[in-house]
Amino acid sequence: MLRKGIALAAFGLTVLAAPAALANAGAAPVREAEFSFDGPLGTFDQAQLQRGYKIYREVCSSCHSMNLLSFRNLGEKGGPFYDPEVKNPNDNPFVKSIAKDYQINDIDSETGDVVQRPGTPADRFPNPFPNEAAARASNGGALPPDLSVISKARHHGAHYIYSLLTGFKEPPAGLKISANQYYNPWFPGDLTSAWSGDPAHVPAGGLIAMAPPLAADKVTYDDGTPSTVENQAKDVAAFLTWASEPTATARKQFGLAAMIYLLIFSGLLYASYRRIWRNVAH
Amino acid sequence: MADTVVGAKPDTHAAGEDPNRRDFIHIAATVAAAGAVGSLAWPFIDQMNPSGDTLALASVEFDLSKVEPGQQVTIKWRGKPLFIRSRTGKEIAEAIKGDTAELRDPQADEERHKPGKAEWLVLVGTCTHLGCVPTFGGGDYGGWFCPCHGSHYDTSGRIRKGPAPKNLAVPEYTFLSDTKVKVG
Amino acid sequence: MSGHSNYEPKTGFEKWLDVRLPIVRLAYDSVVDFPTPKNLNYWYTFGGILAVCLGIQLVTGIVLAMHYVPHVDYAFASVEGIMRDVNYGWLIRYMHANGASMFFIAVYIHMFRGLYYGSYKAPREVLWILGCVIYLLMMATAFMGYVLPWGQMSFHGAVVITNLFGALPIVGESLTTWLWGGFAVDNPTLNRFFSLHYLLPFMIAGVVGLHIWALHVPGNNNPTGVNVKSKEDTVPFHPYYTVKDGFAISVFLILFATFVFFNPNALGHADNYIPANPLVTPAHIVPEWYFLPFYAILRAVPDKLMGVLLMFGAIATLFVLPWLDTSKVRSMRYRPTAKLYFLIFVLACLVLGYCGGQLPDNHVIPGLSTFKLIDADLNSFVWLSRIATLYYFSYFLILLPILGLTETPLPQPESISEPVLSHPASTPAGATAAPEKKG
Repeated sequence: MLRKGIALAAFGLTVLAAPAALANAGAAPVREAEFSFDGPLGTFDQAQLQRGYKIYREVCSSCHSMNLLSFRNLGEKGGPFYDPEVKNPNDNPFVKSIAKDYQINDIDSETGDVVQRPGTPADRFPNPFPNEAAARASNGGALPPDLSVISKARHHGAHYIYSLLTGFKEPPAGLKISANQYYNPWFPGDLTSAWSGDPAHVPAGGLIAMAPPLAADKVTYDDGTPSTVENQAKDVAAFLTWASEPTATARKQFGLAAMIYLLIFSGLLYASYRRIWRNVAH
Repeated sequence: MADTVVGAKPDTHAAGEDPNRRDFIHIAATVAAAGAVGSLAWPFIDQMNPSGDTLALASVEFDLSKVEPGQQVTIKWRGKPLFIRSRTGKEIAEAIKGDTAELRDPQADEERHKPGKAEWLVLVGTCTHLGCVPTFGGGDYGGWFCPCHGSHYDTSGRIRKGPAPKNLAVPEYTFLSDTKVKVG
Repeated sequence: MSGHSNYEPKTGFEKWLDVRLPIVRLAYDSVVDFPTPKNLNYWYTFGGILAVCLGIQLVTGIVLAMHYVPHVDYAFASVEGIMRDVNYGWLIRYMHANGASMFFIAVYIHMFRGLYYGSYKAPREVLWILGCVIYLLMMATAFMGYVLPWGQMSFHGAVVITNLFGALPIVGESLTTWLWGGFAVDNPTLNRFFSLHYLLPFMIAGVVGLHIWALHVPGNNNPTGVNVKSKEDTVPFHPYYTVKDGFAISVFLILFATFVFFNPNALGHADNYIPANPLVTPAHIVPEWYFLPFYAILRAVPDKLMGVLLMFGAIATLFVLPWLDTSKVRSMRYRPTAKLYFLIFVLACLVLGYCGGQLPDNHVIPGLSTFKLIDADLNSFVWLSRIATLYYFSYFLILLPILGLTETPLPQPESISEPVLSHPASTPAGATAAPEKKG
């Protein structure tokens, strides 16, 4: 009876969670990359996170903000620059030197003037643009989305980011594209109005205002990993996924312990239940 | 299980069959339940401790050149006032003189500033009585006077008169240079 | 609460307290000594599971409110701050977000169980109606809670749901303006939703108290639907049902933990991690899964007012159910025809839920391009929802009233103990095996 109940509940959930499947409307099905953090017990690869951060810093951050992240996050447990020797991320030398490279706007407490000072681990990642209007003006009217939680904000998370970044293609003949637009089969959209070919075969995907951001050897890897577009896309997808939920690893570890505990607990309760009910016909 | 009577009645009060019997399995299950609730309680308690962003702001740097001799600047540190006082020679002499007086919380003036930096006094600006902010230069000893319940502190921030039990606290701080301190 | 009490105060303090505030007696009579039919199956454990769900939501919610900022500029960032910076904030928030879904899973099973075993019939009508009140309060609470993170789905969900009230003639427009505290969903709306989201759960807890009171007056229904005849038919609640409910709760928590720890965003929607933007609506806007059946009913009707009325009517019907079902037999175990229609009803609810998540004009069977009948594409989700909606209402308004008069029920047992004694489960080998066998 109980098993039936759970099965029913699971069935119900599958049915009701189905809308998620038609997520990225009009886009090609995502290309699955292999990530170390996939699966219920997967964890992040720190070297990959460091490479990914480098790509964010050298490529993405010129247009995309990450407002919810502070430099200290980079040195927190599970982060790209976590050092078990330095428990307090605010004292982490890597984090401090990264932060120091940035000039942060501040107010001089004496004069009230706007001044720039070197960053500290407590500072947030600086925004590349002072406001939304400036960001749009610099990007042909399109707003580069904030990347703080981008992996959670897109169906298929890291796999979507990877597919998008490696997915720029020459537009098929018959697709009308205006200046500053790029065709990407993995970007959700509806190309029907821009398509002059066979109406039954509208190409998948959409038009994105972001130019292909990655190129081979655009970023120099310090650890000898070949700097291909594939690797770059994977690494930055991993970094953005970590950034979307820095506590994911802690969550999975806690979860494993909780599951083991609950299974033992259920077993004990079942034994107790059988014992208490053994003389009751019911 | 083999001795189960077919169609047995739920006679819960029959001797030897009391289901409340403290059987090992029931004890284990109860203990496991208590353990689960207990271990889950910690996250719910710990969430009220300072969060990551609060901890990150726990240290401040301060440029001492902003303080004139004989003056004090009050800055906010961990949500509390922090007194940074530049003492004059006369105030330092008074403070040293106080070392020999009868003190409620005995401490030499030398222990309350960094070696060779007698002019700089860095103190947490909350009265050790009930947390009000003492006023600068007030009281019978020229240090601070707490308006709430009348505690008098000397020029070393030591309690000399009134209800406060302790001297004004000296936070952890270091001189980064001659004109710069880092507190916390 | 009802009848005599077997509580005997033992210590001096208990005796002293008992004549002043008999709270220990109340607890003893309702959760220790309470005579409970001995044949309750696992479907009956969901009441206890729901109590646990309510407790979890209250505790995690109060904690989240310590860190959340109900302001359009800070709400999204404060929720992410909880996830990142508050100690164990991720655990508490994911428990709360997934806890809402778990609460609804449990409440739907609890309701279907009540429908199947006729738990709404005399003398339990008030018990059933109080349950419906709890369900309504839960829906209001869940809706307002979903608005608080101030993501895209929060915002546009709030816009759509509050606009439903605009369908009402005459008062509609001023009512929505009043709800919003402005001319659109904005900061005042967020603030009042936060306040109400904090208030309603305590009202739920109050009505749950009444619900349990109303349960303890007539006592539990049971899978046979036959009244308790003697002491032989019952066992004391503790330890028999505390341990059975405890085991079921533990298994339910495993399901809960699977979501919280390994799939925390599976039941949510990715768009809600995009901060609210009043200028752009997400391409595909759907409510949380537990509202999908009602959303499907709403969209099944081409008229705005009628859609809204039908949607609320679907819930209102539940309130009068005790007087719609004319059958004297409680449990559908002895009503084979009704049982069949009940199963179709469950299916119709699932179909409605599925339709609610699909675009109305999409095809149900993708290969079949069109199946037209007088300009209507019957192979579209909107038509499927129409059929399911029709069944939903016919079940309550036509089938149940008529079936009670026309069907021939199977013979019911004399007492709860009777089928038990002749039940195969009481043979030694399977004395403790799954006791339940429907029909």
